[in-house]
Amino acid sequence: MNKKLWSLMAVVGSLPFLAATAIAGELQQDPAEHWDEFWHEIMIDIISIGVVFMICFIYVLIRNIAQSPDQEGTGTKLTPLQSIGWTLIPAFCFMADDFYLAAQSWQLFNLQRNVPANHYEVKVTASMWNFNYTYPNACKEADNCVEVMNELRVPAGKPILLRMTSSDVIHNHSIPDFRILEDSMPGRVTYLWFYPKTPGEHLVTCKEYCGTMHSKMISKVIAMPESEFDKWIETEKNDL
Amino acid sequence: MKEWILTTDHKRIGVFYLIGSIAAFCVAGLMALLIRTELGAIGPTLTEDPNVYNVWLYFHGAAMILGFQIPALTGFLANWAVPIMLGAPDMAFPRVNALSVWLYWMGILLALATFVIPDSPDVMWTGYPPYSVITEGNTALYSLTVLIMGFSSIVGGINIMCTVIYCRAKGMQYNQFNIMVWTTMGANLLQLVFVPVLGSAVMLLLFDKYLGTNFFNPASGGDVLIYENLFWFYSHPAVYVILLPFLGIAYEIIATFARNRIFNYNMVVYGGVCGTTLLSTDVWAHHAYAAGLPDYVRMFMTITTLLISVPVGLLMIGMVATMWNGAIRFTTPMLFALSVIFLFLIGGLTGIPNAMASVDHAIHDGYFIMAHFHYVMAMAGTAAIFGSVYYYLPKMTGKMYNEAMGKAGFWLLFIGFNVTFYPLFEIGIEGMARRYYDYSQFPQFESAQHLATMGSYVIAVGFLITLVTWIHCWVAGEKCTDPNPWKSQSIEFTNTEVIPGPGNFPVQPVISPDWSPYNYGGTTKQDD
Repeated sequence: MNKKLWSLMAVVGSLPFLAATAIAGELQQDPAEHWDEFWHEIMIDIISIGVVFMICFIYVLIRNIAQSPDQEGTGTKLTPLQSIGWTLIPAFCFMADDFYLAAQSWQLFNLQRNVPANHYEVKVTASMWNFNYTYPNACKEADNCVEVMNELRVPAGKPILLRMTSSDVIHNHSIPDFRILEDSMPGRVTYLWFYPKTPGEHLVTCKEYCGTMHSKMISKVIAMPESEFDKWIETEKNDL
Repeated sequence: MKEWILTTDHKRIGVFYLIGSIAAFCVAGLMALLIRTELGAIGPTLTEDPNVYNVWLYFHGAAMILGFQIPALTGFLANWAVPIMLGAPDMAFPRVNALSVWLYWMGILLALATFVIPDSPDVMWTGYPPYSVITEGNTALYSLTVLIMGFSSIVGGINIMCTVIYCRAKGMQYNQFNIMVWTTMGANLLQLVFVPVLGSAVMLLLFDKYLGTNFFNPASGGDVLIYENLFWFYSHPAVYVILLPFLGIAYEIIATFARNRIFNYNMVVYGGVCGTTLLSTDVWAHHAYAAGLPDYVRMFMTITTLLISVPVGLLMIGMVATMWNGAIRFTTPMLFALSVIFLFLIGGLTGIPNAMASVDHAIHDGYFIMAHFHYVMAMAGTAAIFGSVYYYLPKMTGKMYNEAMGKAGFWLLFIGFNVTFYPLFEIGIEGMARRYYDYSQFPQFESAQHLATMGSYVIAVGFLITLVTWIHCWVAGEKCTDPNPWKSQSIEFTNTEVIPGPGNFPVQPVISPDWSPYNYGGTTKQDD
């Protein structure tokens, strides 16, 4: 091995990464939609790898069935060049795919973790086995805010930010329809955001094992038209 | 009887490991059947009490991983086969070896106490605090089982590493090792480095629960995430402790029944085995993508986790290409080894979406990930272990198993595996969460759950047939007079008697520089 070979390998190695960052497309607004598209792409990716591999596998099986009980294999030893080629070429193919997927996933990740400025914030405190929602923008005094149990009413058409914690064990606030979840933990504040475009109801479940009633720790997101939501939150606030 | 119990012979110790791990498989498999039956329909089916169900889940997970997979691969195979493959008369420290198997049996008995004590542990095999600290279940039993099994692994790991380094036959070079030897070394290296971390994590858990310390209690300055990190710092490499040896034994079986040399030995060993071992140390945080870790950690671990596909892909290519220009015989062990390729292909590829933090944010802790790791560990791993039992049965018992029964068992297992776990991918994508006693909020998933339950019964029948085949072989099998029934070139077949006795070899083998365990086809002797 000499210097030239190493530097060549370094250049070839960095190519897939550069290519991947260049190919990865534009940002999208809604993380859930982006997730669906990315998922579709991943499925095409892994299914084509799987199918190609399976075809090769089955072909090898059929072609090489023993013809007589004493037949032996005739595989030969690879030359050093063949050996290195059979290592580096597949390795770089896999790496190219990995870096492409990593770059794509990075975009979605940025979308998921950067909350739009016009968001509406709700605080979540999970406890065995309920989700308690507090509206920090609807308070009479500093710690007397609108609170709801297991029913998250939000205005449709606005990004919703959930700041979450837990009062006992680790829970998880999962909203399958919006393709997002995050643990809520005692002593820590985590966050997630989602974008309910139209009014509707969406299931919320707990996805971190939390004891006896883990499977029954259910809540729902109710996205309401903004005017209705404003009316609702005003009534709740006045009832405090 | 006495000479078996007091034995320090590595083959008998290996058999003890095998009996223990099959016993653990039976009990944990029974738990799996109970779990699947409970989930077969919405609402209470077998039990009205979710806590009973949670204990099944705990026992199934803990016993399958700590009691079945790891001991079968790094206990049974590493003890029974690896020293003979090395041309060693026994392990480096035979008495320490006996200690490690008896520690393992103590661990099994302790785990079985779950069904005797009134406050059975319900903390899952992960034992996350604060739940494991505040629960009324017996966390001490969990911690102590892990500690004893872990101690057994460390003792066994040191022994195997020393055996490979100091006890191999005269003249054997590293490049003349069987693939199984390499993968066992990788697995035991990981055990030696990482088991102590798990030991410290469950020890701190014990202190928190019973001595009132606050390592994981945020109210007193502790942190719940420390445990998750310590736990997965070991438990992700533990996946490779299982993966590497099961691929290793699949390589052995495939090379033997394709009667062909390993394709690109250097790639398999230095790229595949060493690469997987090294990379596996740096991916643990993907188990905690949803746990509020800093964003840069999630991105970094996304890349390292995706890169695991490089060495693992090389291992897969090596397995298939080993059959190229081979002469394949479809015996029962070979069918199991081939199914490892198929099952691990599905298991490996479905790991790719899970590897990416952003994608995982929708499917974390759901049935998708559950089906993924069952494809890798529960199915590919178990298929490799069962295949290896068939592969070595003639050497262990001196008798031949019934090929038709073996194949019937294989096909039932293979069909059952896929019918059980394939539907779970589908409902996992749509949001079905793990560790649910009931799923009435997801009525649309009942038919898939029902299908999976039917599949699990097929697995049960397949396993019963397999077990009967083994016992029939042991008790009433046809006598095997050929010490090398598979016409293998590997030293555990070529240089031993029908049943290897104490010291393994009638004449201690001396390895010449041109020898290879895969010297098929009378090709040039100057290989690999």
